[in-house]
Amino acid sequence: MKIWLVLFLGGFFTYLTRASFIFLFGVWDIPIWTKRLLQYVPPAVLSALIAPELFMSSGKLFISLENVRLLAGIVAMLTAIFTRNALWTILSGIVCVVIFNMML
Amino acid sequence: MKLRTFLKGACDEVPLLIAVMPFGVIYGVTALEAGLTKFQAQSMSYIIFGGSSQFVASKLFAESIPWSVIVLTVVMVNLRHLLYSASVAPYLKELPFRWKALLSYLLTDEAYAVVISYYQKEREERYDHMYFLGAGLILWLTWQMSTAAGIFLGKMLPSSWPLDFFLPLTFIAILVPSLNNHPSIVAALTAGICSMLFSGFPYKLGLIAAALIGMISGFVLDLRRNRS
Repeated sequence: MKIWLVLFLGGFFTYLTRASFIFLFGVWDIPIWTKRLLQYVPPAVLSALIAPELFMSSGKLFISLENVRLLAGIVAMLTAIFTRNALWTILSGIVCVVIFNMML
Repeated sequence: MKLRTFLKGACDEVPLLIAVMPFGVIYGVTALEAGLTKFQAQSMSYIIFGGSSQFVASKLFAESIPWSVIVLTVVMVNLRHLLYSASVAPYLKELPFRWKALLSYLLTDEAYAVVISYYQKEREERYDHMYFLGAGLILWLTWQMSTAAGIFLGKMLPSSWPLDFFLPLTFIAILVPSLNNHPSIVAALTAGICSMLFSGFPYKLGLIAAALIGMISGFVLDLRRNRS
């Protein structure tokens, strides 16, 4: 039940954000400052999601060479910087986790 | 002419589909891992139809977070569509209601990327909405089919693969190439650090708080740079 509620409300509000200015054009235009603020939504949200996954383990900071996910995350970031390719980025991270886990 | 414009839109979208497919498959796998049924996992792909937000929602379902917080987080992740909507709006202003309603549904990151460069460069005026439809529809189909592939074939992935780690890796793949200016980097660093500091907040509200602070720091830096 809860899942369906989230799907419909999440879908409804997502649709509203997409339809917003397409329907409002000429009636109310998006202020320039809002545009500039919204630019920073994706980097902020994504980074807030990634950081705890890499640097923390069961609610505590875990910075160590034994933190396999942190190492794999760093490898994935480097791959992303050099290849700019999503598939290689994900694969390099996965391969690292598998290899590091075998070594530990 | 109509069909040709439609097909041109679809063809221009193809290179982006190569990156979309693995995300769809991984989403399908992640959603099932989080406890969604196959039907619910697939439904999310056509009801919400927004990759990152679907991943985040699955993750929060797995951690039994209250529904209101999950909806709030989904909306937060999808806020950027306001920008896309504002950006394409002038080109769609003459279209009838039903076309606006349909194209709104198809307005995603990947469709926007292709459509906006068409509108800005090689418009043909008359059948432009067919170009948008072509790009949007092929992306929609790919997303639905790759979700289904993840749902039904996901079990065939090797069990030594850390499936829950696909999610942060996917986000890294989206985030890193977008960090091409100082304010974005500052927004990302601030949000990342705050998110860890706030990790004790109830119901994952620290995530939204961290994202807001990150956004504002990027914005403030942007304002300062443009003033000087």
